[in-house]
Amino acid sequence: MFDLTGKTALVTGASGGIGGAIATALHGAGATVTLSGTREGPLNDLAATLGDRVHVMTCNLSDPEAVDALPKQAAEVMGGLDILVNNAGITKDQIFMRMSDEDWQNVIDVNLTATMRLCRSVMRPMMKARWGRIINISSIVGATGNPGQVNYAASKAGMVGMTKSIAYEVASRGITANCVAPGFIATAMTEKLTDDQKEKINAQIPAARMGTPEEIAAAVLYLASPEAGYVTGATLHVNGGMAML
Amino acid sequence: MSDVADRVKKIVVEHLGVEEDKVTESASFIDDLGADSLDTVELVMAFEEEFGIEIPDDAAESIQTFGDAVKFISEAA
Repeated sequence: MFDLTGKTALVTGASGGIGGAIATALHGAGATVTLSGTREGPLNDLAATLGDRVHVMTCNLSDPEAVDALPKQAAEVMGGLDILVNNAGITKDQIFMRMSDEDWQNVIDVNLTATMRLCRSVMRPMMKARWGRIINISSIVGATGNPGQVNYAASKAGMVGMTKSIAYEVASRGITANCVAPGFIATAMTEKLTDDQKEKINAQIPAARMGTPEEIAAAVLYLASPEAGYVTGATLHVNGGMAML
Repeated sequence: MSDVADRVKKIVVEHLGVEEDKVTESASFIDDLGADSLDTVELVMAFEEEFGIEIPDDAAESIQTFGDAVKFISEAA
């Protein structure tokens, strides 16, 4: 099931836990994958683990020119670009009253504007191919809000509205655009939490545990597959029941 | 009819699935030939490929009719 043989995919934020798992899942289903991120070391490590059908491209998503160039370069080395996964994201948490314009703008630039640019760049090749999959990694907090994350929540909610609008425009061309909204996922970031903090988090989750990067990757793999061709404009919430939307 | 016009007409007929005789000089892609806004973008992409030219977005927006397209491409190619 979910055979991506012959498909080409670009995954941003592939040096992180979730991005790495997404790239691994797409690659495992047969896709050729370009790993993008800011840190070359982890990208090369992942590429070495995956073996063939893998390319590495570092990209600073706050640099508009680099963002515009990324899909073109990825399409060149892979011979096409069928699947775009916008997974890269940053946080600059701060209580709203103390949030600076800069912290607001940085998060919007990387999480929302860079995602928009990448989506726009892949429109042309996907329209020509009459096939395309755009999967934007949003977040539960885009739907529920979260104290200290006004900028992050806004960027992730913005992503949902943007994705739905893109989905409308290009549905007739065989291109789907969807979001996956993870809840609490166990990554290097959450490993830093104390046991007490983890317990408090788990108490809010009906599944009583954090999710794994692989569980996010599985949702992405589904949306990337030919089988999900009739799913577009959707947000797939993967959060252990923490918010039932 | 010029070679350019023939080639443009072929693209329009194929892409929009319209009868060849409907594609007249003044035929509007959207109003007369049933194109939607996305079709017009795709037509411009097809013209660019066929003629090896680049049609900037502001020029693309001014190409409303078959005649507009032939005129622009004849001048650019």
